[in-house]
Amino acid sequence: MSRTTLDLWVGIFVAMGIAALLFLALKVGSISGSEIRSPYTLTAHFDNIGGLKARAPVKSSGVLVGRVEQIRYDNERFQAEVVFTVDGRYKFPVDTFANILTSGLLGEQYLGLEPGGEEKILAPGETIKKTQSAVVLEKLISQFMFDKAAAGEPAPTK
Amino acid sequence: MSDPLVRLENVRFAYGERTILRDISLSIPRGKVVAIMGGSGCGKTTLLRLIGGQEKAVGGQVRVDGQDVATLGRDALYAMRRRMGMLFQFGALFTDMTVFDNVAFPLREHTELPAELINDLVLMKLHAVGLRGAARLMPGELSGGMARRVALARTIALDPMLLMYDEPFTGLDPISLGVIGQLIRRLNDALGASSVIVTHDIQESLQIVDYIYFISEGRVVAEGTPDEIRHTTDPFVHQFVHAEVDGPVPFHYPSDDYAAALTGGKA
Amino acid sequence: MGGLRKLGSVAIEVVWQLGFIARFFWLILVYSGQSFTRLNLTIRELYFSGVLSLLIILVSGLFVGLVLGLQGYEILQRYGSSDSMGTMVALSLLRELGPVVAGLLFASRAGSAVTAEIGLMKVTEQLKAMDMMAVSPIARVVAPRFWGGVISMPLLAAMFSTMGIFGGWLIGVVFIGIDDGAFWSQMQAAVDFRYDVLNGVIKSCAFGVAVSLIAVFQGYDCVPTAEGVSRAITRTVVSSALAILALDFVMTSFMFRGL
Repeated sequence: MSRTTLDLWVGIFVAMGIAALLFLALKVGSISGSEIRSPYTLTAHFDNIGGLKARAPVKSSGVLVGRVEQIRYDNERFQAEVVFTVDGRYKFPVDTFANILTSGLLGEQYLGLEPGGEEKILAPGETIKKTQSAVVLEKLISQFMFDKAAAGEPAPTK
Repeated sequence: MSDPLVRLENVRFAYGERTILRDISLSIPRGKVVAIMGGSGCGKTTLLRLIGGQEKAVGGQVRVDGQDVATLGRDALYAMRRRMGMLFQFGALFTDMTVFDNVAFPLREHTELPAELINDLVLMKLHAVGLRGAARLMPGELSGGMARRVALARTIALDPMLLMYDEPFTGLDPISLGVIGQLIRRLNDALGASSVIVTHDIQESLQIVDYIYFISEGRVVAEGTPDEIRHTTDPFVHQFVHAEVDGPVPFHYPSDDYAAALTGGKA
Repeated sequence: MGGLRKLGSVAIEVVWQLGFIARFFWLILVYSGQSFTRLNLTIRELYFSGVLSLLIILVSGLFVGLVLGLQGYEILQRYGSSDSMGTMVALSLLRELGPVVAGLLFASRAGSAVTAEIGLMKVTEQLKAMDMMAVSPIARVVAPRFWGGVISMPLLAAMFSTMGIFGGWLIGVVFIGIDDGAFWSQMQAAVDFRYDVLNGVIKSCAFGVAVSLIAVFQGYDCVPTAEGVSRAITRTVVSSALAILALDFVMTSFMFRGL
């Protein structure tokens, strides 16, 4: 095995390896999708976070703008406290709604931001006032059944 | 001129509990070929390892060219080893390189000589051992005797001041034996070096060496020039030199009474 | 009582060996300069450890991907989620199967070869001869083989995962008929570079260090007889496998915590 043939094969090997890594990084993974630049932190409180987990996406108009960092329990307010980061390029007004939504019907849950109309912008570290908790399926079903039962029942007999 | 190249004084060496060398004192004069002989397992090879600094003596001193080998740091030890050459029992050639590359190895590692000069030096060394034509072969293609000669060429690549041979005559046919013996003597004189041969081949050694040491049970039991050894009255040396079956080194392994063992103790 | 004492002595032996390996690792790092200043030493090892492992890695990757596709489809289609096959194949490979299986194969093929090489050099006194010629065998023989393995491992794991995804695509899109666009777009949406691809690469790097270290150590430390070498080779394969699986558990629990 001459030196030059050896070098050639090693060169091919390393090139193939790097090509595989690039393929995995670009075509398989979403390298640009997870880039959140100069993130700033915001907080929101919910009665029920449902299935929201750390690292869940924060989206506005369906586009990824941030990530959920931490979920804690606030024992004073008896509510869940969600701390999340938002890409520094995007600013949201102080009357933004923070909702916990579901992707599709049974998909993963994410934090949706719906901006309001105020001029003042949320500063880093501030808390979002308007929130809507997750929809808990069981409550929905029992509510539905209750309504159905109430509607189907004739007026109480005199 | 006067002080010996290698000097061992009251050297003691042990492997944990087992003491191999008890009290060895010997010296290798400059320019001479010295043989160290003894039965198998008496510690002859350990002596070479002590001289080369691969092992540290438990007691006593090992001095090479005036320096105590045990006190040398790694760099100083490597500097010392560049002036030594050791031939291992079966050659220890690097099996993944050609004969040429094997001999060139010390030159390439330790000198900045240009490739053409290294090429000439390697061919000269191979020519000295008679194997210049085998330069392109791989070690696997060589016979035992040829492999040892190539290893010898590698050992003298940097023109060392001390040459050490670990059982160079073992397992060779008579012709190769004679060749190696002659090479050891000629190269030593040509290089102006000193040589130490660890062996138990008595006949070949008597022909080429200047002095012989006999080791038994961790001590030097006899020493002398080949002539003195041939005419010795010491029983151990006499048995060794004349290959006698029984003597100070007994034929029988220690055991109980023969008659009693045969009859099984029955009357 | 004797059993307890035996257990104690085995434990002490293991701890002692770990300390020995750690010191050996340190020596390798200290003597690694030559592996990079004389690059052809390492390149030679890259060839023998990396290039010669290509065939088994690529073929195995393909087969693993094919099987993942088949098994995955069988389960996913029960829940009507067969479109997610791309995601399933990619995540399984990137996070776990790629680094782990490639690591196990590498240990068996390249690790055992390195142990055999170094062990045989020890038996034939080549290492001692080198030492007597004032050339450090760790710098010249051990370190290049170590780095050859460390560099090869993540490259091989990436190629394994790539072939696996290709295998999954082959089964899913070409044979079964899942929509090609759905396969790739779902995969891209679900696979995160940082958490999935990068973590997989980090894992394969860690496995590379572990396997290479074990391989060179067992060769260097073996009993210098034919039997000693063969036992060292067995130990390389077994210890590497255990190390990979243990490291995998530790790293997975760190990386994918709280998900």
